[in-house]
Amino acid sequence: MSEHIMSSKMYYGIWIALMVLTVVTARVAFIDLGPFNTIVALVIATCKALLVILFFMHVKYTSEKLTKMVIISSIFWLLILLVLSLADYGTRALGHG
Amino acid sequence: MATAAITAEREHYLNKEYGIRSWLLTTDHKRIALLYLVSITFFFFIGGFFALLIRLELLTPAGDMVQADTYNKLFTMHGMVMIFFFLIPSIPAVLGNFLVPIMIGAKDLAFPRINLLSWYLYIIAGVMMLYCIVTGGVDTGWTFYTPFSTAFSNTNVIEAGLAIFIAGFSSILTGLNFVVTIHRMRAPGMTWSRLPLFIWAHYATSIIQLLGTPVLAITLLLVVFERVFHLGIFDPTRGGDPILFQHLFWFYSHPAVYIMILPSMGVVTEIIPCFSRKRVFGYHAIALSSIAIAVFGFLVWAHHMFVAGISLYSALIFSALSYLVAVPSAIKVFNWTATMYKGSITFSTPMLYAFGFIGLFTMGGLTGLFLSALGIDVHVTDTYFVVAHFHYIMVGGAVMGYLGGMHFWWPKISGRMYPEWLGKFAALIVFLGFNLTFFPQFVLGYLGMPRRYWQYPQEFQVLNVLSTAGSTILAVGYVLPMVYFLWSMRYGKIADDNPWGAAGLEWKTTSPPPTFNFEEAPEVTWEAYNYDQIPAPAEVPLER
Amino acid sequence: MSDSPIALHDHGPELRHHFSTAAQQRDAASLGMWLFLATEIMFFGGMFCAYLIYRMNYFNEFVAGSRSLDIWLGTVNTIVLICSSLTVALSVRAAQMGKRKLVVILLILTIIFGLAFLGVKGIEWYDKYKEHHIPGASFDASDLIRDYPQIHIDPAHEQIYFSLYFAMTGLHALHMIIGVGIFTFLTYHAWKGLYTPEYNTPIEIGGLYWHFVDIVWIYLFPLLYLIDRKPLG
Repeated sequence: MSEHIMSSKMYYGIWIALMVLTVVTARVAFIDLGPFNTIVALVIATCKALLVILFFMHVKYTSEKLTKMVIISSIFWLLILLVLSLADYGTRALGHG
Repeated sequence: MATAAITAEREHYLNKEYGIRSWLLTTDHKRIALLYLVSITFFFFIGGFFALLIRLELLTPAGDMVQADTYNKLFTMHGMVMIFFFLIPSIPAVLGNFLVPIMIGAKDLAFPRINLLSWYLYIIAGVMMLYCIVTGGVDTGWTFYTPFSTAFSNTNVIEAGLAIFIAGFSSILTGLNFVVTIHRMRAPGMTWSRLPLFIWAHYATSIIQLLGTPVLAITLLLVVFERVFHLGIFDPTRGGDPILFQHLFWFYSHPAVYIMILPSMGVVTEIIPCFSRKRVFGYHAIALSSIAIAVFGFLVWAHHMFVAGISLYSALIFSALSYLVAVPSAIKVFNWTATMYKGSITFSTPMLYAFGFIGLFTMGGLTGLFLSALGIDVHVTDTYFVVAHFHYIMVGGAVMGYLGGMHFWWPKISGRMYPEWLGKFAALIVFLGFNLTFFPQFVLGYLGMPRRYWQYPQEFQVLNVLSTAGSTILAVGYVLPMVYFLWSMRYGKIADDNPWGAAGLEWKTTSPPPTFNFEEAPEVTWEAYNYDQIPAPAEVPLER
Repeated sequence: MSDSPIALHDHGPELRHHFSTAAQQRDAASLGMWLFLATEIMFFGGMFCAYLIYRMNYFNEFVAGSRSLDIWLGTVNTIVLICSSLTVALSVRAAQMGKRKLVVILLILTIIFGLAFLGVKGIEWYDKYKEHHIPGASFDASDLIRDYPQIHIDPAHEQIYFSLYFAMTGLHALHMIIGVGIFTFLTYHAWKGLYTPEYNTPIEIGGLYWHFVDIVWIYLFPLLYLIDRKPLG
């Protein structure tokens, strides 16, 4: 699948980025951003996850569209579970609930 | 399993090797399919045995045959065994395993050893389930609702939960194998639009198995954790939410019903064009409707929870989505009918089962729409109306499709013909027995008889007696094929490569096929269901 | 595309006979592993769903529980896993370049990082044990109630947080243990010279699994440890 060999510099670069993001997310947790603390933490986590998926797992360099379909589908399916469950819990307080 | 050599000279997958090791260590998808056939048949009769006990108890209004607690165990184990150890594997693990590689022109599935592993996982799970049954059973209902299952039941909840967890892995691995095989192992020229619709159906089924079963796995694991480690996520005394359990449970268990029906629909879609001598009407509509069912099927689960305490607004959303999911199924029914229109119909045994499927599945599906209407559901939920609804689909639909498929492909699998007149006779018995068993249950539910009750008011007795009578007839109808299939393996007429004059790559190889499926790797240059080019057989073979 | 049932041996012994080419086998293995990871997303996803619902309903208890975790041990573990993902990625690269010794070293390093993670996890769990935060008969949230008088904490609901904590980190740790097992197996085969530039699929797909376990932790860390760490007013 990967005929093309990545440079080790690229891997080290991603590794540094991941470490930096980790330290950032830990430090930012102590700053009061109100409701944005959660959002910032999840955004940083998602950036880290994307770095791992795209570069360490080679998804950026693959010509195989099916791999991307599988990843997107699984995230979509997870969202179905989360969103439709929330549709129940989130609307209980409305009207009679 | 070893049969007498059919034509003494020719080697095929059954006579290539003999001996128990050659079966238990096989990686040949066809042999694995037969291993599954034996195993699921065994569990079918275990589940059927529980069904007969239930029907016997319900002959009389009083709870006079077993204790109430025992009755709870009977319907629980009937459900668990039938769903997880018969219906979910049935067509995919037997017919799917056998046919998927051959239909696409491959030598085997992508991962033959994982295929064998999936069977061993199934067996381990089955043994655990049997252990659970003989050491006292489970009484939670196949739905494991909390907090009864986590905090109050004194039965083998942990063993049953773990058994089903392991069976779930078997199911996931089968689905994984099929998806990879269908993507990567198609023969040259076998484009997506030339695939048999049986393959499309199994592809859609596999998606559900892959994406839904893990949620059941984690949910049952959390139930086990609660009982073993006191991790009380569903424990109301700790603020745990029993409805959360139901959300997680039904997220899988609703799509699971599509795992059970889609393969059957795939079988019917193969049978009907063959015995109508016509191309399938609306190939792409049927293919895409299978995918649509797989996707929409994940959006409707809370219709099992309308009266559980979910918010009214979410109930409205799920009700609307449940109407939507009926549309692709309806499309299939229209297309099957249109395929038959102006076709040249032969009422062979597989075709009889296909007809039965269409009628009974339609009734089951339409009653599903009644249940999706909130106003009706409030009255008939947890009554025999629901029981009848799902048995019409599971038994009238899925099992009829399974039996039709077994008859249709039996010549290919065994190299022998079953006795056609007996096949027709058994099909009729199944149809009559089925309707007598389950139609009264619609009426019972409508009149208010609750499900999972071991006694009932006197006024319901007549209908219950009819239902029990039907179940004994149905049982006969199920035993007959087992008997004559076994008989045919030694005494049946030797089958041609293509006794039905059917389209599809499996009919271009020998009956039974060689171990690697084809003498020469096929190259496909024709469209699917090219019945305009295939001559009908001189006669539908009759065995006397 | 070979069309004879058994291709004459113009391929290595690792090409299984139901595949026509090595590329087909490799693509099948890769797709198989990605599909398996999709099932794992749904498997952990069920717990994330439970987490979501309970965090909505019992936010105070989740805050208190989160603050009782050692953020620095959690950060260290996150860094350890990131380092292990690096060594995994580099080992795949080394295998593609045919550098057998380097592959073995990197795989061993990965295992060491994995074991380090599990060790730290063990320490954290032991801390929870000492603090009586393990759900069950000995659970006692009075220390949290005392430490956070500003928010109302229901001890029953607090148990839910810790039940989820142990279920999620426990299953994650189980996946790590399995990963360490897989990588031990891979290390042995690499040492025996089984992997070449033409055939290194097991390392590649083993790596995918390892990265996935890393990604789960990338989400568990903020969700369990960083719920609300702002200084209390």
